[in-house]
Amino acid sequence: MSRSVRVGLFCGGALALATMLVLACVDLPGFGHYPGPYGDVIARTGVAARHATDLVTAVNFDYRAFDTLGEEFILFAAVLGVAIVLRDVRGESERARQEAAEEHAFGDASAALGAVGLCLVGPLVVLGIYIVTHGHLTPGGGFQGGLALAAAPLLAFLGGEYVAMKVVAPHALVEAGEAAGAAGFALIGLGGLVFAGVFFENFIGLGTPGKLLSAGTIPLSNVAVGIEVAGAFLLLWTEFSDQALLVRK
Amino acid sequence: MSIAPLVVAVPLVAAAALAASDFLHRRWIADSVGIAASLAVVVLCAILLGHAGRQPVVYWLGGWEPHHGVALGVSLSVDTLGAGMATLVALMVTATLVFSARYFEAVGHLFHALVLVFMAAMVGFCLSGDLFNMLVFFELMSIAAYALVAYKIEERGPLQGAINFAVSNSVGAIAIFAGIALLYGRTGALNLAQIGEELNGQPPDALIAVAFALIVLGFLIKAAVFPVHFWLADAYAVAPTPVCALFSGVMVELGLYAVARIYWTAFDGILSPDAAALRPLLVWIGVVTALVGATMCLRQRHLKRMLAFSTISHGGLFLICLGLLEHSGVAAAAAYILGHSFAKAALFMCVGVLLHRFAEVDELRLRGCGAADAGLKLVGLLFVAGAVALAGAPMLGVFLGKSLGEGAAEESGYAWAIAVFVLASGMTAGAVLRAAGTIFGGWGEDEPPESEQPQEHDEETETREPHDRTPLTMLIPTVALTLTALAVGFLPGLDHAVEEAAARFTDAHAYAGAVLHGHGAFESIEPKGLKAVDFLWSSLSLALAMTIAALSLFGGKLEVSALGPLRRRAEAGLELLGTLHSGHVGDYVAWITAAGGGLAVALGLIVR
Amino acid sequence: MTLLPYLVAVWVLCWGLYGIVTSRHLVHLVVCLGVAQAATYLLLVGVGYRNGAAAPIFAGLAPGTPVVDPVVQALALVDIVVEATVSALLLALAVQAQKRFGTVDPDELHSLRG
Repeated sequence: MSRSVRVGLFCGGALALATMLVLACVDLPGFGHYPGPYGDVIARTGVAARHATDLVTAVNFDYRAFDTLGEEFILFAAVLGVAIVLRDVRGESERARQEAAEEHAFGDASAALGAVGLCLVGPLVVLGIYIVTHGHLTPGGGFQGGLALAAAPLLAFLGGEYVAMKVVAPHALVEAGEAAGAAGFALIGLGGLVFAGVFFENFIGLGTPGKLLSAGTIPLSNVAVGIEVAGAFLLLWTEFSDQALLVRK
Repeated sequence: MSIAPLVVAVPLVAAAALAASDFLHRRWIADSVGIAASLAVVVLCAILLGHAGRQPVVYWLGGWEPHHGVALGVSLSVDTLGAGMATLVALMVTATLVFSARYFEAVGHLFHALVLVFMAAMVGFCLSGDLFNMLVFFELMSIAAYALVAYKIEERGPLQGAINFAVSNSVGAIAIFAGIALLYGRTGALNLAQIGEELNGQPPDALIAVAFALIVLGFLIKAAVFPVHFWLADAYAVAPTPVCALFSGVMVELGLYAVARIYWTAFDGILSPDAAALRPLLVWIGVVTALVGATMCLRQRHLKRMLAFSTISHGGLFLICLGLLEHSGVAAAAAYILGHSFAKAALFMCVGVLLHRFAEVDELRLRGCGAADAGLKLVGLLFVAGAVALAGAPMLGVFLGKSLGEGAAEESGYAWAIAVFVLASGMTAGAVLRAAGTIFGGWGEDEPPESEQPQEHDEETETREPHDRTPLTMLIPTVALTLTALAVGFLPGLDHAVEEAAARFTDAHAYAGAVLHGHGAFESIEPKGLKAVDFLWSSLSLALAMTIAALSLFGGKLEVSALGPLRRRAEAGLELLGTLHSGHVGDYVAWITAAGGGLAVALGLIVR
Repeated sequence: MTLLPYLVAVWVLCWGLYGIVTSRHLVHLVVCLGVAQAATYLLLVGVGYRNGAAAPIFAGLAPGTPVVDPVVQALALVDIVVEATVSALLLALAVQAQKRFGTVDPDELHSLRG
């Protein structure tokens, strides 16, 4: 189809779709008037039921943990997919030489950028661990914290130390860690089956709400997911950076 | 029934284990873990199928039982059709993994890990009773599928096919997310049974119409109906052949399963007063899909693309059955899908054998190659048997489903749709018979001076180079699937079982009772079974298939000059249809938007 | 204006889809897909909002305080993760497309037709 026919077809469809969507939104309860009941029941009973103060994390890792299992494995499958799509093929080679990496590295990284970047790696890792482990208490959790953890080696890359980053976080180890995190979450679910009779039932003592060791399996699930997300995003960035910096015909 | 979540957990843990051990790079580990895990899932699903008879098996994950009728957690609501679909998925995956054992070079353990994740997602999708959970598994299934399609990165086709596939299906997922948001805004619930209870008896309005339209659009994109089917031919033409077997056999059908499940659990209460207006909409979409798919099927020389259009055509026929909005239609679709899955997977495996032997997948370039030795002659026989099963020859293959479908159509006042059933199955089977005649019999015309399809001839690097003999691990699953496809029609009591299961599937009120309150009062029905006239229609399809094949192979000499102008106009129309399948992702998304707008407007008018 | 957030969501969706349809660069296409998906985040979180209510974090909040819906926020989180992963896979495909086709313009990808 020519471009104008395509755009014409699209505009006709989009006009109809947008009109109907607006009409549908008019029939929604007005913005700011959420009627419940799902969220309200959880808000009323969640803290007492699971001793977790962050209800969004409680929903993600306890009430609807099965969704999170699927979501985790979506990330897992995407990483496998990227590994397959960007794999080495015949005719290409990876030149893991520092000079080759530096030749194509991030702009002209000044010494100041490198120094500040490397200094920030530590604090970012600590922040990531904090967010992961406090997910059941305050906003945060495995996904958010895992991303912060994955960003820490990226600071090393910004400082121009790409190959060093690959030495510190070798591919096989990160891949194994990522898979272990994914399997860990599923195994927590199985633990619920084995120890409490139902898959994903919270089977560890709930503790006091507000303390770090509370809410049963939720902090454990957060840690598993944090490891998996950190590993997954690190693998993704490494694959892309390899393609940009190292892989040549 | 604590084994219900295991059907999802076992393959996922196995996939993670395979990925973690990827550095070992041992093919036998990947094969054995993969086949063991899929066999385990087959057994578990079969057990669930056995238990799901009278009442659905309802499993609340996390121990979250409903709180005064409000579902707090995610439920697995397993009824006969859901468990049956899950068992079928697991069987297909097992056959595929056995087939792949000697078929191609896998990338470490990653191929097997992805296939196990794909299976877990499909099985979870069939068993889930929660709308958002279904969407999560739908996305998981899709991501694994995108990665599997892009497997052969050395060629251009797979990359383009994967991009078209990924973008089209992602837009579909966006539509479903939006639909779920609207529905949640109205009902405050995500559990299908609870949504159904909330909406039951209320007057439908624009919000319900648009939510239904969006959710159905998203799943129909996966089911590849016209006009959102373009991605499927692209993806199938380039995916590794074992993966195509899986896609054709079960992935496409799951889109239609979702539409049926969501309609009958959530929307039946609120939309059934408008069923008389909804029925023609769905049936006509099915009719157009079936005919477009069958026509494009006949135009193909690329064997995998031909089978892809055959799948699209059959998807249209399934939609006609489901669109009748009766339990008899659901029974027809279920039986039809059963026969079709085995037959189509077997045909793809036959193509895989040819690809393995000759590194070629073009019908005309393979002319006469199929008579080389006994193994290939067997494959030729299987090819013909698969075509016969697809045509729904009396008592074979899809005969049961097709006959139930024709009966349901007639009862609902759509007797003219029987012609569509006969035409579509005859045309698609005829294309396969024609291919069989060319490849294994050496018949047919020479290659025309200008090629009919200006497709790039990619080197088929799936299996590296041509081989001399076909391994047993490839022949055995092909034979097994073909025999099952043929025999499915003979299973005693299948027709009654399917009709009863469908009656329970469509009983929304009893389903809600079972899920939310632990017990549902399902009514039993009088199964109708087959009629004598079914044999007439099925023989007609078979005769049509054989005629089309014979005309294509031997009819080149016939001069039909009297039909000249008509023929030219028909050719022009077919050319236009062909150019619509442009391979351009922007075109596809434009069609999706247009279809979405059209569907939303149509449903808005229906509920008015 | 109790309709404004929803209108914004519809607008964003249409612009995202327009971008995909008219895109001349695969990376631009992936970003437009993300934009279209962002419309669903808006819609999801929008339907769960409650005027004057607090965030559903009870650390330091008296039990029984009205809060917004935590469920849609959890759903939006899943939505975001899904979009990020699909984008990653599509971008990897774009990288390989550049290597195989020599271009990332969808108009120039010609290997599948008919």
